[in-house]
Parts: sequence; C-alpha cells; structure tokens
Amino acid sequence: MSWAVTGNNQTIELASIPVKTPAELCTEFIEQCRRGARPVAFFGHKLSSGVRLFVILANDPRSELMASSATFAEGEKSYPSITGEIPAFHLFEREFYEETGIRPEGHPWLKPVRFSHNRADRSAKMADYPFFKVEGESVHEVGVGPVHAGVIEPGHFRFMCSGEKVHHLEIHLGYQHRGIEPAMADGSIWKKSKLVESIAGDSAIANSLAYSSLLESTAGIEVSARATAIRTLALELERVALHMSSMSGLCGDVGDLTGSTFFGATRTYVINSLLDICGSRFGYSLIRPGGVNFNIDAELSAKLLKTLEMVRERVFLIGERTFNMPGVLSRFQHTGIVDGKTAEQINMVGITARASGLKRDIRADHPFGFYRLYPAYKLTLDSGDVFARAYMRYLESKRSLGYMIDLLSGLPPGGQLLAERGSLKPDSMTVSMVEGPRGELVHVMITGANGEAVRYKFKDPSFNNWFGLALAVRGEGVSDFPICNKSFDLSYCGYDL
Amino acid sequence: MFDAIKVRIKQGKQYISDVKRAEINPKFRGFPKLDDKTCTRCDNCAGVCPSGAVTVNTLKIDMGKCTFCGDCQRACPNQSIQFTNFHKLSADRREALIVNENTDPNQYTVDAVQSRHEIKRLFGRSLKLRSVSAGGCNGCELELNACSNVNFDMTRFGIEIVASPRHADGIVITGPVSENMAYALEDTLLAVPSPRIIIAMGTCAISGGVFQNSPALNRKFFDKYKIDLYVPGCPVHPLTFVNGILRFLGR
Repeated sequence: MSWAVTGNNQTIELASIPVKTPAELCTEFIEQCRRGARPVAFFGHKLSSGVRLFVILANDPRSELMASSATFAEGEKSYPSITGEIPAFHLFEREFYEETGIRPEGHPWLKPVRFSHNRADRSAKMADYPFFKVEGESVHEVGVGPVHAGVIEPGHFRFMCSGEKVHHLEIHLGYQHRGIEPAMADGSIWKKSKLVESIAGDSAIANSLAYSSLLESTAGIEVSARATAIRTLALELERVALHMSSMSGLCGDVGDLTGSTFFGATRTYVINSLLDICGSRFGYSLIRPGGVNFNIDAELSAKLLKTLEMVRERVFLIGERTFNMPGVLSRFQHTGIVDGKTAEQINMVGITARASGLKRDIRADHPFGFYRLYPAYKLTLDSGDVFARAYMRYLESKRSLGYMIDLLSGLPPGGQLLAERGSLKPDSMTVSMVEGPRGELVHVMITGANGEAVRYKFKDPSFNNWFGLALAVRGEGVSDFPICNKSFDLSYCGYDL
Repeated sequence: MFDAIKVRIKQGKQYISDVKRAEINPKFRGFPKLDDKTCTRCDNCAGVCPSGAVTVNTLKIDMGKCTFCGDCQRACPNQSIQFTNFHKLSADRREALIVNENTDPNQYTVDAVQSRHEIKRLFGRSLKLRSVSAGGCNGCELELNACSNVNFDMTRFGIEIVASPRHADGIVITGPVSENMAYALEDTLLAVPSPRIIIAMGTCAISGGVFQNSPALNRKFFDKYKIDLYVPGCPVHPLTFVNGILRFLGR
C-alpha cells in the first residue's frame, strides 16, 4: 500500500502511514493527482534527526483522504520539485522549503510564503525581498500597503503596469504572522480554544469547529445531536455574516451606497444573532472540545427564527435590486476572470472556486457535523468573474438562511451540551476539514507517545486562493483591483497564521 | 426603480440614537463583577485563563489581558466571577484596567479616563484617525469598521477614519504587533503630524493577549511611545470604542 486511506475527522495510527523515499512519493502523487486527487496538506514534521514530510490528498467524489509520507535524512537538503507537473503544489512546496530548508529542485518561484518566525533561513528579511521587475518604456509600478487606506489587515501589493493595464500583480504577505502553529504544540492542546478562535476573527467558528472536531475524534468523544446542530447553525451564521460584509464592500467600491449600507445593516442583524446565542458578535467562546458552551432555548429559538426570516427578506430584496442595476453589472461582469481550468490547476477552493465552476464544497464532499444528517447541496457558476463571485455570495446566503431556518424549526431535543474530555490517542494522526465562509479549512494533528500534540498544521482557504487574485487582475485596469480583491475577500491572518 | 424605493423603506431607521445610553444584550461579556469574599483561592480560574488575566491572592482581573471568553466564570465553583454587560471599559492608564471587587463600574468609567483640557481643545470637535492593523485577527478591524456603519455612525461626532496618516490626528492600533509589522507601525505613526494621539484597541494591542508569549511579536513600540487611550475587548464592541473616545474628548 502506498497510501493510508482515511476520512474527515477520522484518526489513524501513525504507524499505518507508509514511509517512502522522497522520489518515490513524488511519483506517487503525480499519478494520484492525474487521476483527480488534489492536495489538502503537505508539511514537514521535524524528527530528532531529519524531517518527515506528510502529504494528504483528497479524493472528493469518494469522500476519502489519502495519507502518505517520506523521510529526509539529516543533511538531505533537496528533492525534485513537482510543481512543474502539478501546479497545485506550488505554495505547499514553498512553505515546506521556508520551514525546513529542504529545496524542491526545479521549483519555478521559491519566494518565502510568510517570512515566518521559525523559518529555516533567518537571514531572509521581508524588506530585502526582490520583487519581480518588468521593464520597458511605458512600464511603471504601483505599490500599495502594508498599511492600507481603509480599515483592513496588512499586506503589500505590487502592480506592474503598462499605462492603466496590469501586467502582473505580486502579492507580498506575512505581516500578520504571529507564530500560531508552534504555539499549538506548546502546552496542553485542550487549552488552545481561544488561540484557535484568534487565528481569524471572521472564521472563528469554522476554526474552533475544526479544532474541536479534531480533538473529539482523537479522544473518541461523542458530541450530542443538539450541540452539533447549534455548531452548524453558528457556522452558517458566520458564513452569511462574511458574505454580507463582502457584498457591502463590493457595492461601496462601485459607488452603490444604498447597497453598501443595506448589506452592512443586514450583517449587523446576523452577527447580533450570534451575540444573542453566546455573548460575542463573532461567536467567540461558543464552541469548545466536547460540544458547546451555550444552549438555544425555546424563547431564543423563536427570536432567532424571526430575525433570520426578516434577514432573508432583506437579502432577497437587496439582491434582486443590486443584480438588476446596470451600473453595478457593468462593473462586475467580465471583470477579473479566473477560468475553471486555471482555478483547478492552482487548486482554488471554497466560494471563489465554485464561482469558477469547480464543484468543491467540504459540506457535501466530506460531510461533517449536521451536514451528515441534513445535507447541503453544491452551487456553482461558470463565468469566474467578479459578478459570479458576488452572485454566489447572494445565492449561498439565501441557501444558508433557508438551511438555518429549517434547522431552527426542528432543533434536536436537549441532551448533554458539553461532553467530558478524554485522553488523546497516542502516535496518531487526525485530519479535520470544515467548509468555512471562504472555503475549506484543514487542521492536522500528530500526537506523540503520551498523546500530546507534537505537530499541529493549519491550512486556511486563503492559502489556496490568494494566487487566484493575482491571476484575476492580469490584463485588467488598476482601478478594477478593489472590486477584484473584495470579490475574493481573502484572509491575511489566516494565510500568515 | 421600485426596488430601490422598497429598499429605502425596508432599511428604516438603523442608527442608535443615543450612543451614550445604549445597552448591549445581557449575554455580552463586559465589565467583570468580582466577589473576593466567596473566592476559595482554588485557582481554577487562573488555570483555564488563556492569557493570564486572573490573579487570586486577592481576586483581580486585568482587562488589558482579559479576552472576555468567560472560561473563568464557568470554571469558578462559587460564582465569584460574573461578567456583566457593562461596556464602558476604556482607560487612559494601563494600571487602571486592573479591577478588583471594590471597583464599581460607573465610578470606573468616571475615573479611568481623565478628560484633559488640551485634548478637548485640540480634538473635541473633530478627530481623524488612521487605523494600523498589526497582527490582528480581523475581529477588532471589523468592529472598527462597524463604528462608522449606519448603526453606530461615529462620524456624527466628528470622529472619522481617514485614508492617510498625513490627514490624521492619531492612530488606532489593533493586533499584538507582529515582528513583520513593527517597522510599518512606527513609520505610520511618524507620518502623523504632531500633536498626535495613540489608541490601543483590543486586548492584543494592549498586552499581546493570547499571543503575549509568542516569539514572533515585536512590542518595542509600546516601550517607546506613550499610549493615550486603552480600549479593552476581544473584539472591542463598537459601543465600547465610541464611548471611550467620547469620554476621552470630554464630550
């Protein structure tokens, strides 16, 4: 066997994962990826001597995950890059190189991913990084950030333009890096709920859900149906909140102030519903390993139902208005196109991938939580432009609101909200994936001989999608960048961790 | 056309008419009410606190470190810690953020921020701020954006977020200040013409919060420059921010 077959929220023994040589492993995953698998995790784990590289591929139609590994002896400092064959690996290989110093030979662009604190080459400084240069008579550069004009997270964008037209955009990230991965393996893993919620505030529920499900699987904890339903409800609230925020920004960027304020005010109702449930507008403290901290009683359930029905009415109204306005459509349509083939090649995920026609949604492909009982269906659009990404947000919001209203009308009866902790299975690996507001979040944990977490790996959906934004603006005017950016609405801190 | 009119009617009145008197949902975790007499020093609270904000020899909570997660309240066998929905938490001195059982919330609001005459004279009618996100989780950033939305609408008080530090009277820092952002943060401050103010928004900015022990931070900025206003919260509720500034401006 070259691969250990596992699934979402399943724990396997570390010993069952094959160990190959790097060259063998590369041949293996080129073959698997040609057959339709795609990478969801690719990371190094430092051993007492050398490094073990873990690779996890997803087979979406079969709801399977495949895990394999290879070891690099101390002093073994390179292997043949696979990015040339399968571009989906480009960022994973860059990250692996940055953290371990093992070089993928033949990689086209080994730029540091985030200038992480624990990078192998501490002499590489963010400020010294040589950007791409485009030369020619009418060529000029526009540099933006890390401090932006609005209230946004930091990142640097460098446009290489000819006149108004963007030839190339280089995205420079890492400003938000806080060293969360090493902190996860430092001290008791059960105490990391708050740290996980602080990875990205707008995906706090998605991250804490992945973290909690992962620990529950590794420790064999059963979560009650009611707690599962409350978690799923919170995840959908978080999704609608982010979509409303993106739509508000998009409308603002094309000068549609009514749309902007209306979507913004609608978002307030959604996040205040989270406040009603757990005392935080971002759902902090709601989800803990074992279940949830807060119940939804009959009175609150009726209140939420009323609010969500009103929100759905508001979303219908503003959606029908916005997507019938010629002024809005003329800016959205045919702008910032990422076609389906490109999206697949660079391994885009989540709502932006679905707007380019890729049928990828963890809720349906690798179902978790309440989606196992009451499934979510995939929506896709084909045009891959700003319009498709915006319209997807509208469609998904409507779908999510419907899902939540159904869920609230039949909440499973009371049971234990928060189960007792157990002990973590030693020498094991668990993968947990959640479809967050931006796409798939992947958490992987490897435990040591005493059941302690020795390696915790995150992959945020923004990790896959930032490069999609760089490709979307090629050939567009510089002034179209804000709407392209907002239509992706990616996370900086999720990428930088 | 008709849709546009329907949208206007549906939007209705969204703004909070009296920001100073507005209250947040009772579930909100704001000012902590402590009871030292019932505390048995079992240390459960300090054991679960993700950011070392609770001390039990005399029961105290440092709101500059507290993430308002409520884990201590749930771990306490005697209900000695109760978070209330009182949200006016800002202070102009770091030490004022440490509260004990004798701290009365209403008195706290009066004492913690001393309205200075020069601040009122300079910025009382108009305060323009530049936001610098430095390692923040986007929670405080979204809430700072919300301060200017149709609900909280702080622009009505002349408080506005501007696009350039050159147009600003001060900066608002969110996030624990990552190593990679330290230079840009200081550079932005220096681009603001004097006299200027510095506001630390959120637990991460005030103390590093859950990241305080991370080697990937660089918090030298806080040794070098004096912070004029601390606004605690995780994330900071817009009402906390707007009321903190109004108090700071003596309004």
